[in-house]
Amino acid sequence: MKKIYNMIDLDCANCARRMEENIAKLNGVRNVSVNFLTQKMTLDLDEAFNEKEILKYVRKTVKIIDSDCDVEF
Amino acid sequence: MSKIRKRLIRILISATLFVIMLLLNIFITNIPLFINLPIYLIIYLIIGYDILEKACRNVIYGKLLDENFLMTVATIGAFCIGEFSEGVAVMIFYQAGELFQSIAVRKSRKSVAGLMDLRPDFANKVENGMVTTLSPEEIQIGDIIEIKAGEKIALDCIVISGQSNIDTSMLTGESQPKFVKIGDSLISGCVNIDGTLQAKVTESYSNSTVNRILDLVQNAQEKKSKSENFITKFAKIYTPIVCILAIIIAFIPPIFVGNITSWIYRALCFLVVSCPCALVISVPLSFFAGIGSASRNGILIKGSSYIEKLPSIDTFVFDKTGTITKGIFEIKDIITKIDKNEILRLATIAECKSTHPIAQAIMDKNIKIDASKYAHQNIIGQGVIAYDNSNKILVGNETLMKANDITFEEIHSPNSIVHVAKNKTYMGAIIVGDTIKSEAKEVITELHNNNIKTIMLSGDGKEIVTDVADSIGINEKYSNLLPDEKLLKLEEILKDGNKVAFVGDGINDSPSLVRSDVGISMGSLGTDSAIEASDIVIMNDNLKSILKSQVIAKKTMRIVKENIFFAIGVKIVILILSALGLSNMWWAVFGDVGVTVIAILNAIRALKS
Repeated sequence: MKKIYNMIDLDCANCARRMEENIAKLNGVRNVSVNFLTQKMTLDLDEAFNEKEILKYVRKTVKIIDSDCDVEF
Repeated sequence: MSKIRKRLIRILISATLFVIMLLLNIFITNIPLFINLPIYLIIYLIIGYDILEKACRNVIYGKLLDENFLMTVATIGAFCIGEFSEGVAVMIFYQAGELFQSIAVRKSRKSVAGLMDLRPDFANKVENGMVTTLSPEEIQIGDIIEIKAGEKIALDCIVISGQSNIDTSMLTGESQPKFVKIGDSLISGCVNIDGTLQAKVTESYSNSTVNRILDLVQNAQEKKSKSENFITKFAKIYTPIVCILAIIIAFIPPIFVGNITSWIYRALCFLVVSCPCALVISVPLSFFAGIGSASRNGILIKGSSYIEKLPSIDTFVFDKTGTITKGIFEIKDIITKIDKNEILRLATIAECKSTHPIAQAIMDKNIKIDASKYAHQNIIGQGVIAYDNSNKILVGNETLMKANDITFEEIHSPNSIVHVAKNKTYMGAIIVGDTIKSEAKEVITELHNNNIKTIMLSGDGKEIVTDVADSIGINEKYSNLLPDEKLLKLEEILKDGNKVAFVGDGINDSPSLVRSDVGISMGSLGTDSAIEASDIVIMNDNLKSILKSQVIAKKTMRIVKENIFFAIGVKIVILILSALGLSNMWWAVFGDVGVTVIAILNAIRALKS
C-alpha cells in the first residue's frame, strides 16, 4: 500500500536523506522516499503490519533526526 | 516565515555583539580572561542554543555524526583551545548560511511549484438556473458547470453553450489560444480567456486531465537518477571518513611533533566541512528545476533519470502516422480536365454518408450539395457508388473503375488516389494523403547535426513511407510493419547497442514506448495509456519540443556535474589546506555553507531554459 504524506518544516536536505535511511530500516516499511524539494514522504507499507503502529515509529524517527519537522498523517 | 525572521534577528544581535567584542579586543589589549570568556560564551549561546540542544538530543540517541553535533564539537573545541572569537564566528556563519539556504530553497521550491500550479480551486455548478461554487471534487459526471472569463477549467467537459478562446499554455506551452464552440471538449487545467461557457462534465475530478498530470509530476520525483544515487552513497560515507580523519589529525601527529593545540585546531576545521549538505541539496534541486522548466514548455518528464538519459540518446525512432505526419488526411491535388469544383461536388455527393478517413478529407472541403435523392452503395475495398433516377456516380480506387468498365487515367503517387466517374464517363481524380508536419524536416536536420541517427517505423506501404522519409531526410525507414513487428524492429535496434528514444503518438505503440530507453509520446493530452507508458509526455503536437527537451536535459546535466565537481572539489581543497595548517575555520565555514548557497544558486539556473 503506497501513500504520500506531507512533511512540515523539513528544512535540511541531509536530514531528509537520513530520515529515508532510518525509516527504511523500520519493520513493515517496504519502501520509503523522503523528498526534500516537494516536502513529501512516499511510504510503501506492508499490509501485514499495523499501519498506525508503523506510522508512530515513522514519526518518532523523523522527530529524532529533526525535532522541528513533522509528518501530516 | 516567522521561523526565518527569528533566526535573522538572532544572527543580527549576535553579529553586532561579536563585532563590538572584536573591536574592544583590538583597542584594549589585555582584556582579562574572566571578562572575555563569559561575554563570548553569552554571544555563543544566543546564536547557538538550538544547535546545542539538538546536539545533546542526538548524543542521547547515539547519533554522533549529526551535523549539529559536529558543529557543536568544532565550536566548543575552539573555546577549549582559547580561540573564543573563532568559535563564535563559526556558529554565526553557520547559522547565516543555514538561513540563506532555507530562503533559497524555499524560493526555488515556490517557483518550480508555480510552474506546476495547475490545480483548479473551484467549479461553478449550474442547477435549476442557480450557480453554486463548489470544490472540483464535489462535481459529478454529467453535472453542468459554468466557466467565466479568466477562470480555470476545473474538470474535463464538453461545451454545451457559448464560445470562447482557451489558453492551453499551462499544459501545452502553446501560446496561441484555442477557439472552442458548442460540442468541443475542454481539457481541465486550461484557462478560459474571454467568453462565458457552460459545459457538461465528462470526467470526475480524480480522473480529469489536470489531476492526472499533477499526480504524475508529484510521483515523478520518486524515480532517482544515477547522479542522485551517487550523491546519496557519497553522503553516507563522506561524514564518517572526514570525522575519522579529524581524530587521526588531532592525536597522531602531536605524538611525533608535539604542539597539540595546532593539530586540534586543524581537526576542528575538518569537522566544520564534514557536512555533505551542498551536494545533498543541490543535485536533486537541479533536476527539480530542470523538470519544472520542461513542464513550463509543455513537456512532462517523469523523473530525473530520464533527464540523465536524454543527452546520451544516439538514435531516435519515430512512428510515422500522427508523429512525423499530422495523421489527418487532406486533399493534396485534383487532376481533371473539367472544373475542380464539379469533381469535388460529385465526390461529396458520393462520400457524404461515409466515415472513412478519405471521405472525411473530401467532406472537410464543405461543398454544399443536396444528396437526398441519392441512394448509396458502399463497396468495401473499392469505394462508393451513389445513384438516383438519372445519374450514377462512382468514387473509388482503380478496382472500382475496372469493375465498372471505365477507362481511367493511371496516376502514380504514393498517396491515395480517388477516381471519380459519372455515368460511365471518367471525370478525374482526387489525390488524398496525410500531411507531413511543417517542422518535421527542421527537427530531423537538427538531430542529424547533433550526430543522432533517425529511424522511421510505419505500418504503411513502402511507397508512401519512402516518400515521407525522403522528403524530410530521415536516415532509415521500415514499412509494412504490424504493431508487434514494430516492437521487434525496435528491439533489434536496441540490441545493436544504441541508446534509443522512441517517439510515438501513444495510441497503439505503448509496448515500444515502454521498451525503449526513453519513451516519448506526443500530442497525447488526455490519452491515459500514453501518459502511463511513456517517460516523457509532450503535451502539444509540435516535434520541436523534442529538441527543447534535449536542450533542457543537457543544460540540467551540465549544472548537476558542475555542482558535484565544485562542491566536492572545494571541500577536498579545504580539507587538504586545513591538514597542512594553511586554512582556518573561516574558510572551513565557507566550505560548508558558502558552497551550499553557491550550489543552490547554480541549480536554480536550470529553471531558465
